[in-house]
Amino acid sequence: MSESGVVLNNPEQIGAREQDLILSVQRGQHELFYELVRPYERRVYAAALAILRNEQDAEDTAQEAMLKAFANIRQFRAAARFSTWLIQITVNEALMRRRRGRTVVMEGIDERREDDSKYAPRDFADWREIPSEALERKEVRQKLAGALASLDRKYREVFVLRDMEQLNIQETADALGISVASVKTRLLRARLMLRDLLAAGWEQGWFSRLPFEKGSKPW
Amino acid sequence: MVNREAVNCELVWHEISNYLEGEVEPALRSAMDEHFRTCKRCLSVLEGTRNVIHLYGDERMMEVPAGFGRRLERRLAQSARVGGSRWSTWSAWLVPVAALALFAGGLRVANSLTVARQLKSEHAQAGHGIPPDMLVIVTADAKVFHVAGCGVIHNKTTERTLTAREAMQQGYVPCLRCMRQYLHTASVGPIALESEADVDLDADEANVPGSGR
Repeated sequence: MSESGVVLNNPEQIGAREQDLILSVQRGQHELFYELVRPYERRVYAAALAILRNEQDAEDTAQEAMLKAFANIRQFRAAARFSTWLIQITVNEALMRRRRGRTVVMEGIDERREDDSKYAPRDFADWREIPSEALERKEVRQKLAGALASLDRKYREVFVLRDMEQLNIQETADALGISVASVKTRLLRARLMLRDLLAAGWEQGWFSRLPFEKGSKPW
Repeated sequence: MVNREAVNCELVWHEISNYLEGEVEPALRSAMDEHFRTCKRCLSVLEGTRNVIHLYGDERMMEVPAGFGRRLERRLAQSARVGGSRWSTWSAWLVPVAALALFAGGLRVANSLTVARQLKSEHAQAGHGIPPDMLVIVTADAKVFHVAGCGVIHNKTTERTLTAREAMQQGYVPCLRCMRQYLHTASVGPIALESEADVDLDADEANVPGSGR
């Protein structure tokens, strides 16, 4: 929703509106900042949560990140995507909070080391694709969120930034301060592990009440 | 050229993420496509992985706690009220600061409140007019702070983000390459600046104008 109350559907219109908002805030219309960042509040919170795994810390961090973005809006240059800039600030803020030790996550040797060992995805005789309509159901979203939360942090962070926040591989590497090769290795592992966790969920009846068309593809 | 017979399940699993990113060579892609036609297990892995990406990429997976937006809006509004007055008087506060600095014996204006007593590099400049809330990057064992994305950040795995004010208070000095606009580079000849861009600067020398690099 734009300031005038008109719903903008065209990506070009949305982009132009965003540029207008950025310029207005940079020129001193600070009250427009929330309108500028509102479309990204879910993404900012999700990025913080992926790193901190604590809802209160994630919310505090999301707010701090928004405030830093506000304080630094004059440094933002149109060459970058605003959403990427915002997520990078959030990731920095969350990593800094974790380092400060308020959210201490014990990290084993295996967690730090890049795991190049081969991962064999499980062979499931009967698993079917989960349709996106299933996301309307809260328990399905909770199961998926639980599967994601169960991943080691190095896999979870890369997966969230690439596949949920839609940063590209290089941006993900930059945000986390790791190499592109590490991003690719961790992304592969994260995706395969989530596929296995969701497939196992079928066996445990997570999605048993989902409606499927007859003849849908068996896995 | 990819040997199609060499494309076994293990290779497919190893490359499946790159395949979905569109980052495998055409020959390998074609060999993998053929493998998927005949290997039910790998097809299942492909479809499952694609399903994972599709589901988690859906915005409905990003839930925020109840009242999140309201609380954020309130905090931003508070900050805008406080920050608004700070911004609107940005140029105005320079006046008393300048007066204070002059009174104190000709200290440099922009850094009079923020620079540490002891810089980490004795050869470096402190920088001028650096916005104190600007986010900058520092790394372990380095003496220089950078803006994100600077090409001469060393030891990236130890990166920390802090405000310019904090960095300066801790004695870090601005990078000559990415913070040039805040340094007295007028005295640095164009040749020095040009050649500097071609080398990976040692962190300690990164903001020493005219250091001959």
